[in-house]
Amino acid sequence: MDNSHPMIELTIDGQTVQAAPGSTILQAAHSIGIDIPVICYHEATTPNAVCRICTVEVTGQRTLLPACVAQVAPGMQVQTQSERARRSRKVILELLASTVDLAEAPEIQAQMADYQADPQRYDGTRREAGYFDDNPFYIRDYDKCILCWRCMQVCADDAQYVNALTLGGRGFDSHIATFYDQPMPDTSCVFCGQCLGVCPTGALKPKRQALMEQGQPEDVIWLATRPPRRKERKP
Amino acid sequence: MISADLTSLLALYQGRGREALLPVLWDIHHHYGYVSAEAAQVIGHTLHVPLADIYGVIEFYAMFYDRPTGKRIIRVCQDPLCALVGSADICQALSERLHIEPGETTADGAYTLELAPCLGQCDHAPAALVNTTAHGHLHSDRLDDLLQNTPTPLKTRLGGMLRIALANVGQVDPASLQDYRDNAGFAGLYKALSMSPAEIIKTISDSGLLGRGGAAFPAGRKWEFTAKGPGQTRYFIVNGDESEPGAFKDRVLMEGDPFRILEGLMIGCYAIGATQGYIYIRGEYQLPYERIQHAVDQLYAAGMLGANALGPAKALDIEVRRGAGAYICGEETALMESIEGKRGMPRLRPPFPTTYGLFGQPTVINNIETVAKIAPIMLHGAAFYRGLGTSDAAGSKLFAVSGCVRRPGVYEVVFGVPLRHIIEELAGGALPGRTIQAVLTGGAAGRFMTADQLDTPVNFDSFRQAGGSVGAGTLMVFDDAVDLRQVLAQIAHFFAHESCGKCYPCQMGTQRQLEILQRLAHRQPAAGDRERLIDLAATMTDSSICGLGQTAAMATLSAMERWPELLFDGDRRENG
Repeated sequence: MDNSHPMIELTIDGQTVQAAPGSTILQAAHSIGIDIPVICYHEATTPNAVCRICTVEVTGQRTLLPACVAQVAPGMQVQTQSERARRSRKVILELLASTVDLAEAPEIQAQMADYQADPQRYDGTRREAGYFDDNPFYIRDYDKCILCWRCMQVCADDAQYVNALTLGGRGFDSHIATFYDQPMPDTSCVFCGQCLGVCPTGALKPKRQALMEQGQPEDVIWLATRPPRRKERKP
Repeated sequence: MISADLTSLLALYQGRGREALLPVLWDIHHHYGYVSAEAAQVIGHTLHVPLADIYGVIEFYAMFYDRPTGKRIIRVCQDPLCALVGSADICQALSERLHIEPGETTADGAYTLELAPCLGQCDHAPAALVNTTAHGHLHSDRLDDLLQNTPTPLKTRLGGMLRIALANVGQVDPASLQDYRDNAGFAGLYKALSMSPAEIIKTISDSGLLGRGGAAFPAGRKWEFTAKGPGQTRYFIVNGDESEPGAFKDRVLMEGDPFRILEGLMIGCYAIGATQGYIYIRGEYQLPYERIQHAVDQLYAAGMLGANALGPAKALDIEVRRGAGAYICGEETALMESIEGKRGMPRLRPPFPTTYGLFGQPTVINNIETVAKIAPIMLHGAAFYRGLGTSDAAGSKLFAVSGCVRRPGVYEVVFGVPLRHIIEELAGGALPGRTIQAVLTGGAAGRFMTADQLDTPVNFDSFRQAGGSVGAGTLMVFDDAVDLRQVLAQIAHFFAHESCGKCYPCQMGTQRQLEILQRLAHRQPAAGDRERLIDLAATMTDSSICGLGQTAAMATLSAMERWPELLFDGDRRENG
């Protein structure tokens, strides 16, 4: 056995757990069957800990810590279901429900049920970030976007290095944007579809699926989702 | 078509990378007033930055525009202090005169009207900028000077019981290296250069100097950690992004004694082994920027910066960076992102800047006031500074006093004096016929103290016990005529406007906090608002990534503790 990296012992919800150095609280919790809710976290993308739904209480820490990035330490005492952690999760879910359309985000809806979050509690200005149907491959329904960043990440260094997407605005008005809000075909997008695969809320959807959901006939769908013609043949 | 102008402008940046993005965008704004998509494409190709990222940066910073603006951009300050003395009337009068609403540009392209979160001219309230020129003491009946951009020079009142940070301000010509030298300038640097870096760090540690940006972290320890950090490259950054309502002490130092800040930075670079230093100044601070840049230019001309700055073949370079309208860039990791040419969004910590800072290298970042004290500590020794103040708080501290007092200004005191000394003796106390209702200590992210607490000694422990906060030394005074509900709503507006949007609790929480406090300011609470506000405050405090979100509810919570009836005197009606 390799003793150069001794395992780290900590407790999570009172259970003792051994974890490899450098592993996260989330990984350590999973290893003993403790589930910590996540929203922005995805195995295929670099964790940015933006949603903060996975924050847990660690004895001696001033704030809650995001389990998806906080690393285990010897003797650490983690509470995943403390009153503070549960309150924070409930409020974050309520804020989300007051801001974006979660109708097609079943995982978040399940979390809301778990935490008895009231979707109307923080009613106020909603973030209306627009509906973009500007290419034959996918639609962008940003009223459903929760800003998990995954689409931006796979478009950039986490997968494609295409960099078609950025954040526009700031604060509450942040939104996913393209260069000068250009339509997708005018950007560096290569229509690889990776962003659709990681979108958790139906904000990005194959155009074909969107049209089928609208009940459009197959011939209409066929016409609307054909790739654009290649450049004119040279004379 | 790419204009010859644009090509020659960007030629200056050939070979540089993304870190040059904010300087390029400022240059483009000076020439064209905004960044067109065409210009952004050329920038992208020159600096090798993805085009979408350039747009993201333009969108992030309030002083950058992606569409044409008026020749003169008037930014009216709407912080709580300017609001007390009629900033809304000024905005209204400008709106009527120019026939535009805030955010719009006149048809002839002469003016754009904007609202600004806080301009750092709180002692000259109400204030506005025309482009980047500061105007103060405005009145809605006298707006011609503002519209013509013919400002009256603004002079901040200075005082206190001693002068350490303020020693040269108003005494030494800030534009003259010679005058600075004639007044013992660079004596601290020369003494430092005769010592080893470890001895300098020990001197700073022994002096008890604490960070003056609000967190009060021991400066010597920060330097020590960074000096011992991994790798060979280190950076030293001076944080001049002071942007919180009521804060203007660093402006006074940058305007009044730029060489002292540079001397401190040079000593710091030598001590930690950095060959590159930065000073980051908020975009709204034009005069501080000009003074600091002018001082840097003179040091280069004198050979005191550059290839042989710290001795033969011992190079040191200093670059002045400008922010562009984003309070969050005062957060140290957001500031580093900004220097790197990105949206100023705070990083996750750990790793901390002392091991992984600017460009991934160990970095010290210190506040302007902290750095202004380095040279005197080196010159007079650790014991001199340690001997001032109290056991838990050595030395002197600048306090920026604003609001309802006779003499708003910047005052230097030693720790341990009663708060009353600053508010009443230095700042002159309440306005005629008025009494002090509350002092918001520690800034917009601070805590309220009341008139019967003015005998509290100014130090960290006493303030904490009294429910106050020393922070960066911001004291906003509100008298009995002020409706604190309005103040809380204005503070909430500030945080909602300045949230970077990265983490959910702050991104959405600051907006909901604003909406709830606006309801309460209008005496129209909704059922359950008290619990809503408390839960929101707890969540932002517990779960936000950075200090902005973690303290955005501080003033509200403090007010609710002190005056349980203030926000919810209508509870019975609400529940009935």
